[in-house]
Amino acid sequence: MALVYRIGLPLLIAALIAVPFVPQLIYPIFLMKVMCFVLFACAFNLLLGHAGIVSFGHAAFFGSSAYITGYALRDLGLTTEVAILAGVLFSATLGALFGALAIRRQGIYLAMITLALAQLVYFSFLQAPFTGAEDGMQPIPRGKLFGLIDLNDDTNLYFLVLVCTGGGLWLINRIVHSPFGQILRAIREHEPRTRSLGYAVERYKVTAFALSAGLSGLAGSLKCVVFRLASLTDVHWHMSGDVILMTVLGGMNSVFGPAIGAIIISALRHYFDALGAWVTIMVGLVFIFCVLVFRRGVLGELSHYLAVRHPAKEQKNA
Amino acid sequence: MEIFGIPHQAFLGQIMLGLVNGAFYAVLSLGLAIIFGLLRVVNFAHGAFFMVGAFIAFLLGRNLGLGYWPAMIAAPMIVGFAGIIFERFAIRRIYGLDPLYGLLLTFGLVLVMEGGFRVAMGSSGHPFPTPQLLRGAWDIGFMMLPVYRGFVILIAVVVCAGTWILIEKTRMGAYLRAATERPDLTQSFGINVPLLLTLTYGVGVGLAGFAGVLAAPIQHVNPSMGSDLVIIVFAIVVIGGLGSVLGSALTGLGLGVIEGLTKVYYSEASTTVVFLVMALVLLLRPAGLFGREEA
Repeated sequence: MALVYRIGLPLLIAALIAVPFVPQLIYPIFLMKVMCFVLFACAFNLLLGHAGIVSFGHAAFFGSSAYITGYALRDLGLTTEVAILAGVLFSATLGALFGALAIRRQGIYLAMITLALAQLVYFSFLQAPFTGAEDGMQPIPRGKLFGLIDLNDDTNLYFLVLVCTGGGLWLINRIVHSPFGQILRAIREHEPRTRSLGYAVERYKVTAFALSAGLSGLAGSLKCVVFRLASLTDVHWHMSGDVILMTVLGGMNSVFGPAIGAIIISALRHYFDALGAWVTIMVGLVFIFCVLVFRRGVLGELSHYLAVRHPAKEQKNA
Repeated sequence: MEIFGIPHQAFLGQIMLGLVNGAFYAVLSLGLAIIFGLLRVVNFAHGAFFMVGAFIAFLLGRNLGLGYWPAMIAAPMIVGFAGIIFERFAIRRIYGLDPLYGLLLTFGLVLVMEGGFRVAMGSSGHPFPTPQLLRGAWDIGFMMLPVYRGFVILIAVVVCAGTWILIEKTRMGAYLRAATERPDLTQSFGINVPLLLTLTYGVGVGLAGFAGVLAAPIQHVNPSMGSDLVIIVFAIVVIGGLGSVLGSALTGLGLGVIEGLTKVYYSEASTTVVFLVMALVLLLRPAGLFGREEA
């Protein structure tokens, strides 16, 4: 696997840099959308995969950050980076609040609480004066990065999204492999024991919530800038369901597994868009299939397969 | 006469309408609580089964000319049967796993059902006539209560009480309670627990389908009618505590009334008040009003 990363990663980065120069091959806007969802799913997995916390309310972070960014860009006329930062800070704060309330219960209750809190956020945005209710907020100007770089140029925007997504993923990877990430996994595996070792479990959980929410917010802000639109779809609980599906489909026991799930689901939604409600049925069937027979996810099944086939090799690497 | 500056009639009127909503919450959270108690599965598809119940009643009426009363019997049975099939072939495979998978599995089912009805029936609402017998309105002093709405409150109370008696006072209910506490031990006494699980899921979603039929003449029948409702019901069972059947029914009715009152005093918050109450209850009494603390 290490070899795959060493050769694959530079290749992937080179390919991603080349994309805007060959728009005939793949539509850059679509790719930007995919990157947003990749970041969203990986950020979500900080909680699900690494802390063992099931949040069913991540649309609230994704969507509210989009709204705040949109508000800052359209109504306050701030520059893009400030607007994105405002969105991220807002959703991180919201995440800390959600976390503080939700961790009073565990497991399935926690999921239901986050779901209900997210619905509270949904209705708040539905009624807030600046969001345009069912019409959504549009058109939102993309603005100028640092007041200099014009983001109406798709290539400039593409690199902004690429850098932000890359930076976000790097940060997630750092968090997962830091002592903080180790403690999160310890909490997942055995909470009472972790507590008995003297770790303030609650504080770690709330921090994890805030980090995951902030990074989800970054994804939401980027999506808002790319599509010049913040709408109720982004805060609706179907979005929370989508991100869970991406994560489970890709494989929640790895750092970048959710990225694969995000790519698959975004592609499914993009290329079969013409089928209308049939896409919903397909996504639902993928969901059921995943839960019944594919619980490790794509990356999980792959590494399991490799481990079964080359047990010695994997052991050496591990 | 006024209460806090609101005319008496508007006040009592909203309480009545709140009770109607509360009646739906009660029947739905009741089913959710029974299913969770025994299966340890949070049935996300509860709202979707509610929608299917309404649609089946509508289709039975339109295509087979079946009246409201036969549909009221038939639709919940069809929904319950669909639930039984889903339990046999899907939910059964995930018992013993993390309850998360139950939530995800039923969420997938929601997408399939909602998408399916959207493809087949379109997204717009279909009007559903109120049955002949229940048209008109009663004058109950402070307001004109549509007879049908009064009927909904009445029948919801009857259904909740009936379910409670079934669970607490009958032999079948004793099996159910035993299997909820200790499935392994109950099984060893020769009771067919897997069958009990299947039937419980069938009855639980059948109740949701029944609520759907009840709701059909009030709301327009459309594929997303259960989709936001199920989240409110989730919040209600968090408030009431999932373990308690009677608790969830009472909480449902109570929150309906609170929602109605919010409409009088600060209507902007009427969609969010249930979630605010949930947050408050979590702060003060994390296990829920009627719940026990459990892992």
